[in-house]
Amino acid sequence: MKAPNKSGWKPEMNAAEDGMHEGPATATGNRALMLEEPLIFEIGHAQTSGVDLPAIDRSGPDRLGGMARTEPIGLPGLSEPETIRHYTRLSRQNYAIDLGLFPLGSCTMKHNPRLNEKVARMPGFADVHPLQPVSTVRGALEVINELAFWLIELTGMHGVAMSPKAGAHGELCGILCIRAALEARGDAREVILVPESAHGTNPATAAFAGYRVENIPANADGRVDLEALKARLGPDVAAVMITNPNTCGLFERDMKAISDAVHAAGGFVYCDGANFNAIVGKVRPGDLGVDAMHINLHKTFSTPHGGGGPGSGPVVLSEALSPYGPLPFTARTADGVVHLVEEENAAAFEHTQAFGRMTAFHGQMGMFTRALAYILSHGADGLKQVAEDAVLNANYILRSLDDLLEAPFGHSGPCMHEALFGDKGFGEGLSTLDLAKSLIDEGYHPMTMYFPLVVHGAMLIEPTETESKAGLDQFIAALRSVAERAKSGDARMKRAPYYAPRRRLDETQAARKPVLAWQEPDSAR
Amino acid sequence: MRYLPLTDTDREAMLAKVGASSIDDLFADVPEEARLSGPIEGLPLHASEMAVERHMRRLSKKNLAAADAPFFLGAGAYRHHVPATVDHIIQRGEFLTAYTPYQPEIAQGTLQMLFEFQTQVARLYGCAVANASMYDGSTACWEAVAMAARVTRRKRVVLSGALHPHYAEVVRTMAKFTDDEIADALPSLQGTPDNDGLIARIDDETSCVVVQYPDILGRIPDLAAIADAAHARGALLIAVNTEPVALGAIRSPGELGADIVVGEGQAIGVGLQFGGPYLGLFAVRDAKHVRQMPGRLCGETVDAEGKRGFVLTLSTREQHIRREKATSNICTNSGLCALAFSVHMTLLGEKGLRQLAAWNHSLACKAADRLTQIPGVRLLNDNFFNEFTVTLGTDARRVVRKLADDGVLAGVSLGRLFPQAEALKDGLLVAVTETTTEEDIETLASALQEALA
Repeated sequence: MKAPNKSGWKPEMNAAEDGMHEGPATATGNRALMLEEPLIFEIGHAQTSGVDLPAIDRSGPDRLGGMARTEPIGLPGLSEPETIRHYTRLSRQNYAIDLGLFPLGSCTMKHNPRLNEKVARMPGFADVHPLQPVSTVRGALEVINELAFWLIELTGMHGVAMSPKAGAHGELCGILCIRAALEARGDAREVILVPESAHGTNPATAAFAGYRVENIPANADGRVDLEALKARLGPDVAAVMITNPNTCGLFERDMKAISDAVHAAGGFVYCDGANFNAIVGKVRPGDLGVDAMHINLHKTFSTPHGGGGPGSGPVVLSEALSPYGPLPFTARTADGVVHLVEEENAAAFEHTQAFGRMTAFHGQMGMFTRALAYILSHGADGLKQVAEDAVLNANYILRSLDDLLEAPFGHSGPCMHEALFGDKGFGEGLSTLDLAKSLIDEGYHPMTMYFPLVVHGAMLIEPTETESKAGLDQFIAALRSVAERAKSGDARMKRAPYYAPRRRLDETQAARKPVLAWQEPDSAR
Repeated sequence: MRYLPLTDTDREAMLAKVGASSIDDLFADVPEEARLSGPIEGLPLHASEMAVERHMRRLSKKNLAAADAPFFLGAGAYRHHVPATVDHIIQRGEFLTAYTPYQPEIAQGTLQMLFEFQTQVARLYGCAVANASMYDGSTACWEAVAMAARVTRRKRVVLSGALHPHYAEVVRTMAKFTDDEIADALPSLQGTPDNDGLIARIDDETSCVVVQYPDILGRIPDLAAIADAAHARGALLIAVNTEPVALGAIRSPGELGADIVVGEGQAIGVGLQFGGPYLGLFAVRDAKHVRQMPGRLCGETVDAEGKRGFVLTLSTREQHIRREKATSNICTNSGLCALAFSVHMTLLGEKGLRQLAAWNHSLACKAADRLTQIPGVRLLNDNFFNEFTVTLGTDARRVVRKLADDGVLAGVSLGRLFPQAEALKDGLLVAVTETTTEEDIETLASALQEALA
């Protein structure tokens, strides 16, 4: 075991000066149940292993072709009990939806049912290879096809590409379908219009796919400026990318008019479906003229986000775009059999215009099983209730706080999945960041901050449908308390959080002198 | 509707607070004609936990799970034993149900894990810096190509013919939209990789050369010669690894001169899962390239009390900051899969990984020796790690399907991977791991012998 070498271990504390800790500093740096944990590189050893492997019969030469490894790798090992302690201790330094409300607007963190975890681990789903003969994976293909059916029905669309690995990957898939459709009719268009109220990934996606991006302003209501959009449409516009409900938390009332205008100008409508949870079962994007929309399964259909992913971003497509969807996909024939359509048999299924392949295999099967289990649990009636409760909860937050916090679009109708506030009236030197860090001390994960860009000091709060009224009331009380402190100019907020596993972290230093991998102290830079 | 906590009483009270007479008032902005009045027709209503479980189990049983058959498939996805501890850790709610660590003070668990993961990957690959994971190996491969274009300001991509054909197809697909020019080829059915042919395709316009290591046929190319040739022309070498366990036995790509090393991390900790979610790994040999890297990065820093802590960093490269100037459109990583990889790698340690690799190799050698005793079966490559190619003298697709009907999952036919290449159709790619028993090898051998008789 190596000696501790980093400040993370040191028992010294300055918190006492804030009058927060009356007890003495501890020798270990631990505080009862809150335990400091060194890195595996500081506690592990190259000769330690937490797995038992049999001795190797080494008779005969190796077949590594002279490429056998000669250098050590530098990987520490831990025994099984040490491993469990290490990661259990780390886990306790994380906030998670299992611990409480996670109100990140536009990110949608809702309850993750454990039935879904159980289902995803069934051997027929978890322990099958993507290239197994199709005759041995009929059930897996049926899961994909059944989920595809629900997605098409719930959105009122014509087809769906299941393989994109995440929401942004799905955006790219949708834009590539649009580009393939335009090329198929010999129509080279160069521009994609992206309203200010759209997600930040949208312009990045359009640019990445080789398009020039032009912004369309939001109107005073926080929605797309329809007249400005119409004025810009023309033969060079390939598509409009809209987020609906948008990132101001509002439904784009003019969606149908926007679609009609874009179609009349020969373009396509891409809708960012990240916020579909607010309208599922209430309105179908296909009925509003959308040509392509990705659905973040973790948002609408509750697959867990695991500290950053995996995501899954199936893309529903209109009839005009469906022929261009990527390989592979599933198709059910009249005899009820679900087939896997890939390069080998695309022609037999008359799918010869696929724009290509987004990923090596079939997409996020482990997410498909979870999403399907969630959908079946809710059913058509439950999903409608999901949207209604999500919207009700968000409006409850909006109306419980708009007397205290600026609600820039509070006048322009009900919000959908999330409530948006600004920082107007905060005391001298206090920012949204300070309020957010103070909310951590109250036991909550902060809301989305500084987004959307159209609102100063924006705070975007999305409670989702899986929060109880009592839970919301407690959160509202906490937020009112910190908002009142911000308005009264409580300077202590500048130094929050006080009670988190770490005090405010120095992000500037991290970016200026990046330390991105651990190195032995001896080789200190 | 067991996931919805609101009662009707709550709903009434909340509507009153909001000032709405009914829930439909809150959907007033949705055009009347587009609003659905009742649940969508044709879709079933909500179901109990028991009913959903029953339905899903019925579908699950229609699949032949790898554990229930002699199993020899690889080609970019490998079946390894995952210690029970891995699944236990990733099911802890604090990891499972956390979001992206945007608030580092209360996400140190995820962030420290990512810092450890980055270090593990960098070391495995012989590189200076690894990122916090990508979607999967194939998309990481494309992102490496895109990065090479940014670094070299060139547009010609030389793909080895022995790159996984799905990876090559992802690169070709994306390049259609970025004007990269692809110079690719089909693999030739020969025992050693055609390095000279690959090197001959590198020119002064080449941004990168993409080589799989070990390659799609299981051969282990000597990357050093390719790296030298690429560097001499000012191009980058991208090495693609789809079986990380191999790196416990063979030299790291970074050590051999690869500039960018990407791969599929699924083999360690993640499981087959019918193709996803998987785990893209991405590393650069030289830290100077770090600002051109895509994806999330976790960095070390200190907090206001001077204690060590971790944050996501260098995010100015990312889409949510620079919008249309972003270097990629990656918006997430495979955080939970990265955790599974990291826990499994920590359990293995250097000693365990090397033993595991040696065991895989030893069993694969035994399988190759056994299969080549069958009349008509020829071992194509005598250098491999845990996966090799045999030729059968007949269309291997037919043989694979026949054996599957008999409950043996024989491997991946090259005809399925390369449907356009007639010359490859009698090739069968056979993968062996520690989960393979000697009895499985014997069962495969007998079934193959019978099918070929």
